[in-house]
Amino acid sequence: MNDPLACEISQEAEVLNPTLDFIRRDRMPHIWCPGCGIGTTVNCFVEGLKQSNANLDKTVIVSGIGCTGRVAGYVNMDSFHTTHGRAIPFATGLKLGNPDLNVIVYSGDGDLFSIGGNHFIHAARRNIDVLVICINNFNYAMTGGQVAATTPTGAIATTTPYGSMEQPFNTCHLAESCGAVFVARWTAYHVRQLVRTMKDALNRRGFRYIEIITPCPTLYSRRNKLGTALDAMKYYKEHSKTRNGVDPRTADMEYQGEIIVGKFIDRSDRPIIPDIIDERLSEALGPRYVQPESE
Amino acid sequence: MLTKADPRGVLEGDFFLDGDHAACEGALAAGCRFVAGYPITPSTEVVERIAARFPTVGGRFIQMEDEIASSIAILGAVWAGRKAMTVTSGPGFSLMMEHIGLAAITETPCVFINVQRGGPSTGLPTLPAQADMMQVRWGSHGDYEIIALCPYSPQECFDLTIQAFNLSEQYRVPVFLMMDECVGHMTEKVTIPPADQIEIYPRRLTQKKPGEFLLFQAGKDLVPEMVRAGEGYKIHITGLTHDERGYPAMTPPMQASLVRRIVDKIQLNEPAIRCVEESDIEDAEVVVISYGITSRVAERALEMARADGIKVGNLRLVVVWPFPSERVQQIAEKIKGFVMPELNLGQVVHELTSSVEGRCAVRSVLHAGGTVHDPQEIYEAIVEVAR
Repeated sequence: MNDPLACEISQEAEVLNPTLDFIRRDRMPHIWCPGCGIGTTVNCFVEGLKQSNANLDKTVIVSGIGCTGRVAGYVNMDSFHTTHGRAIPFATGLKLGNPDLNVIVYSGDGDLFSIGGNHFIHAARRNIDVLVICINNFNYAMTGGQVAATTPTGAIATTTPYGSMEQPFNTCHLAESCGAVFVARWTAYHVRQLVRTMKDALNRRGFRYIEIITPCPTLYSRRNKLGTALDAMKYYKEHSKTRNGVDPRTADMEYQGEIIVGKFIDRSDRPIIPDIIDERLSEALGPRYVQPESE
Repeated sequence: MLTKADPRGVLEGDFFLDGDHAACEGALAAGCRFVAGYPITPSTEVVERIAARFPTVGGRFIQMEDEIASSIAILGAVWAGRKAMTVTSGPGFSLMMEHIGLAAITETPCVFINVQRGGPSTGLPTLPAQADMMQVRWGSHGDYEIIALCPYSPQECFDLTIQAFNLSEQYRVPVFLMMDECVGHMTEKVTIPPADQIEIYPRRLTQKKPGEFLLFQAGKDLVPEMVRAGEGYKIHITGLTHDERGYPAMTPPMQASLVRRIVDKIQLNEPAIRCVEESDIEDAEVVVISYGITSRVAERALEMARADGIKVGNLRLVVVWPFPSERVQQIAEKIKGFVMPELNLGQVVHELTSSVEGRCAVRSVLHAGGTVHDPQEIYEAIVEVAR
C-alpha cells in the first residue's frame, strides 16, 4: 500500500459507510470535486447492486474517459477503464467473450454521446445484454467545462462563451428510439428512486439505459451562475416531474427548465444478443453448431 | 509450456486457398475464438470465412459498427478469456491506432491482420502496397513495442497467423500479420497439419489466488501473468500509467518503469522473437533484404544476378518488427552492401540504415505500390552495389 494517493480511512467511517466493501479503499481519496454528483450515484449503484440478484464476482464495470470514467477505478469489482467513447464496444467484446458476465458501462455524457455516440446507437439496436449508466452533468468536466452534445441550448461553456447554440440530445429518447428495452432518468437528488431503478435494471436483461442528471458545481454551475451544489439539488427537487411510463420523446430538457424523470421504458419483447446468436445458429446449423466453451 | 491445437479448429488436409482464407484457418487452428471486424477490401474474405466457420468450432464473430469498435471489442473478449483478433486494411487500420496503444499498455494479447493496400487515404483499395510498415511500428501515440510478421505465401498466411497468436500470448503484446493484397488474393496449395503437430502457446494464467496476485508484476522475461474477468480477482485495468496493482500511478518514476518494461520485454527478447530466412549469406558481396510479397519478386532478381556470377545472398524478414539489427550488423561487416526493395517509398529501409551505421552500402529499391516490382529494377540495384 505504497500508493501515494492512498490515505487512512478512520474506523468510524468503516462502521458507518455501508458501501465500503464495494469501494477500493486503497484508492481513496477520489478525484471528484466537492458537490459533484458522481459519488452519490455510485452509492445508489452499490445499494442497487446489493439489493439485486447480481453475482458480484461476475459483475464487471467498464468506463470510458472523463470524470465518470474514473468510477471503474474506485469500485471493488473487475473493472476496465478503457479509451474515450469506447466503453460500449469493449463491453460488447466482454459480454460475447463470456456471456456469464454481468456487464455494466458506467460513463459520462460526453463519452457516451459525442465520441461514443455511434457505439451507443448500435449497442441499443443489437440489444446487447449490457446496462449503460450515464452521468449527465451537461458538460465535459474533466477537461475544464467544454460544451457537450447534452449541453442545454443557451448554457455557457468554455467553448461556447456566448452560450451553446446547438440542440442537445434527449438521450432517453435516443436510447428508446434505437431499441433500448429499459430506459430511465433520475437526478442525483432522487437517491431512493435511483436505488430502486438500479436494482430493477440489474435484474433485467438486454440493452438497458439509466441517465442521471448530476451537479457539476465547479464548472457547469459556476460558469452559468447557478450557485452551489446544494442549489442544484434544490433545483432538481423543485423542477423535477416524475412521469413513469411516458414516451421519452416528450422528456426533452431545456436550460434550467423542467426535468422529466422516471422509468420511461421497461419491455421484454426484443431478442437479446447473445441469446439470439445461439438460437439462430442452432436453427441454421443443427448438430454442426458448437457453442462457445464457458470460461 | 506449449500445448497442442484444439482439433476442432484444425481443418487438416491439403487445400487450394488464397491468403485471406488461409489466414482465417490459421486463426482457427491457433485457438482464436473471437473475431470482431468491419468490411474492407482487400481483407474482407478473412472475416467472411470466419463468419461461416466460427459457429462450427465454438467461436463468436461480430461485425461491429466500425474499425474503432472492432479493435476494442477484441480487447474485451480477451479479458473475458478468449483468444481474439481483428482484420482490416489501410483506412480501417488508421482508425484502430488508439487501441493498439491500449493493448500495449494493458498488455492484452491480441492479433491484428492488415491486408495492406495502396494509400494514403482510400488510395488503391484493390491493389497491393507495403506502406503501413512504419504505421504498424509507430502509429499509436507514446512509446511501446509490437511484433509484426510478413507472410509471402498463402501457406505462410496460415503458419504465421498461428505464430502471431503464440507470440501475442507469450509476450502479452499486440501482434500484427502484415499481409498485402497480392498475398491475400494469391491462391496456392496450403497444407494444414493435424492438430497434434500444431504447437500452441497458452494464455499465461496465474496459479495465484486473489489477494496474492499482483496484476502487473512481471517475471524474469518481463511479462506478467494474466487472469480473466469474472473469477473473483477484482482486477482493475486502465490505459493510464499504472503500478503493479494496475492502479493509476501517474508519476515520472512509474511512467519510466512501466514504459521501459513494455519496450524492453520485446527489445531484449528480440533474438528469441527473430525469424529470418537466409540463403547464400556466407560468401555474399551483396545481400537482398526484403519481406512479404516483395521477397518472391526478389527471388527472380537473385537468379538473374547469380547467372551473372554475382555473389548475392538473401535475407528475408519473416518478423519485421522487432527489426533484427544485431544480425544485420553481423552481415554488414562482411558485404559491400544491402539492396532493399519495398512496396513503399522508403520505410523499413530507415531501420536498416540506422542498424548498418555505415558499415556497408544501403541501396533502396522503391515502388509506390499498385503492383509488385519489376525484378529487373532489383537486379540492376544488385549489379550497381556489387560493382
